Amino acid sequence: MITGKERIANSFKALSEKGEKGLITYLTAGFPSPDHTLEVARELALHSDMIEIGIPFSDPVADGPVIQNSSYHALERGIRLSNIFNLAGKIREGTDIPLIFMTYYNPVMRYGIENFVKSSHESGVDGLIVPDLPVEEDHPLRECAQKYGLSLIPLVAPTSTDERISKISGRTDSFIYCVSVTGVTGAGKEIGDLKTFSCRVRKNTSHPLAVGFGITGPGVARRLAPYFDAVVVGSAIVKEMDSGEGLPVIVDRVGRLAGEIKATLRNGCDTGE
Amino acid sequence: MSNILPDSRGYFGNYGGRFVPETLMPALEELEESYKTTVKDPSFIREYQLLLSKYVGRPSVLYFAERLTRHCGGARIYLKREDLNHTGAHKINNTIGQILLASKMNKKRVIAETGAGQHGVATATAAALFNMECDVYMGEEDIARQSLNVFRMKILGARVIPVSSGSKTLKDAMNEAMRDWVANVEHTYYLIGSVAGPHPYPAMVRDFQRVIGDETKKQIIELEGRLPDCIVACVGGGSNSMGIFYPFTEDSVRLVGVEAAGHGINTGKHAATLTAGLPGVLHGSLSYVLQDEDGQIQLAHSISAGLDYPGVGPEHSYLKDSGRVHYTSVTDTEALEAFNLLCRTEGIIPALESSHALAGAVRIAGEMSSSQIVVVNLSGRGDKDVETVAGVQGVKL
Repeated sequence: MITGKERIANSFKALSEKGEKGLITYLTAGFPSPDHTLEVARELALHSDMIEIGIPFSDPVADGPVIQNSSYHALERGIRLSNIFNLAGKIREGTDIPLIFMTYYNPVMRYGIENFVKSSHESGVDGLIVPDLPVEEDHPLRECAQKYGLSLIPLVAPTSTDERISKISGRTDSFIYCVSVTGVTGAGKEIGDLKTFSCRVRKNTSHPLAVGFGITGPGVARRLAPYFDAVVVGSAIVKEMDSGEGLPVIVDRVGRLAGEIKATLRNGCDTGE
Repeated sequence: MSNILPDSRGYFGNYGGRFVPETLMPALEELEESYKTTVKDPSFIREYQLLLSKYVGRPSVLYFAERLTRHCGGARIYLKREDLNHTGAHKINNTIGQILLASKMNKKRVIAETGAGQHGVATATAAALFNMECDVYMGEEDIARQSLNVFRMKILGARVIPVSSGSKTLKDAMNEAMRDWVANVEHTYYLIGSVAGPHPYPAMVRDFQRVIGDETKKQIIELEGRLPDCIVACVGGGSNSMGIFYPFTEDSVRLVGVEAAGHGINTGKHAATLTAGLPGVLHGSLSYVLQDEDGQIQLAHSISAGLDYPGVGPEHSYLKDSGRVHYTSVTDTEALEAFNLLCRTEGIIPALESSHALAGAVRIAGEMSSSQIVVVNLSGRGDKDVETVAGVQGVKL
């Protein structure tokens, strides 16, 4: 059977063979309801190369207002980790693309590192992103993820030194998540020219690079695509899910947004270097 | 024992570390380096000590509370009067130290979180003195119950930024301050007010607060010719207690930390993290945390805004597990009784935070003999709490 790590690697390989850039879409599990998560994820799977499923946490320090709010409401409505593993399993039934959990560290610790990784694996999840777990602290989780074939995807930031990037790269087994701004997710901070940043990261690693935080639509995605192998879109999707519209309308809108972004990543980035 | 802690990774035994977004890691490494070199710099030490004596008004008095002692009918009770410091609490010891460090690091802007407002006021004060821009994050709930301190911060030139996420208290203010720091890390200094947060904050804040314990040791020897039998302090995040405990950890002195039991531990509405929490990660370090089965952080409750926090500094977790410090808790009601008791017996209005320590000390002293000595850290004055106390008594001011 294919491991999570391999599934992610294959996805990047296929993209590079097709000369495309990848789209990774994010949604908060249980927001505004578990049904929304399931239906929207099914739609997203048609347009995305990978899906990130956000596990709501009470104190999401790396997230801006949109994802904070979605996490708060998902928790208010009673979403539990057990429901989220179920949801992931159901999403997995309908798609072969990689699924990644984005979670803060405390829920993982409390659930038990091994239990958490095992349940993720059994739900068909391929990788984990833990924004408050720097490489210096990630040993127990990384070791366990390896045991189950899951990838623990590290982050680098514009503030990361070359030394840190190289250290982070050394522990990477799939791709590196590059944070586009010094800031939180979806905060609307203007994303500068990331060419220099991407070059600096590439100099220190041969792994594929995804870029995320504050990518609101096709325009920004097209601008960043030349320098990275994939873009992550999160808050923009969650915002659509918070519109108060009926589920079919939301599915339609989210599908259109993801479709438009993926189209630019398919066509518009061959002009880059 | 604890003199060598934290280790190079910022751990006190199993607790501490650095659990923050990558964006902040380089800043924490820089801060650790600057701190390590700066604290050894004689000119820094001189400047810090000068500010403590000429500006803060140290040493603070170690006062023999004779009438309180007589009331309890046991051990001799001394009060370490941190309430007499400039700005009215122990918080200033740390803000003066850190702002001096921030200025050496050429930072122009400081941010802070605050619960009761004491740390916010102390930060705003230090920022005014050092001519720095200052933004203080404060939960809307706390803004409502600490309006006096909110206005004090504004008068001092700070901007108070209301936090409306989550429980709208200290925990959420700290989340928001961390988000601000992530976004502005290049020119902003995050001035954490407790022995919490990622390494090196727990060690640094402890080092700036240990002056409380160092002075206490010297003063009690002058007054009584010996060390006390017991030291009692309240524990929210844990800075005043770490400050007074730390210089005594290797002496045979009983150390007691008093947490806020709110409505009672069994009601679930409390802030007794060490008594009823479990190890977890909150605000950048691994320590005891109030959390549910899924690892979601639970809301704390205490009548005292400064103790209303579901986490605690990692060194306290270490001291709990090692058994060196005994942690207990007192309810809102017991704290209010101690508040009234000190007002009536000694003419001192204590902060509601410090009232928890007093309640614990009254209980302990009563069981001791009159030849024994208890020191209570009176961490702050209670002027800021007068409105809360009036509310409890049904009085509208």
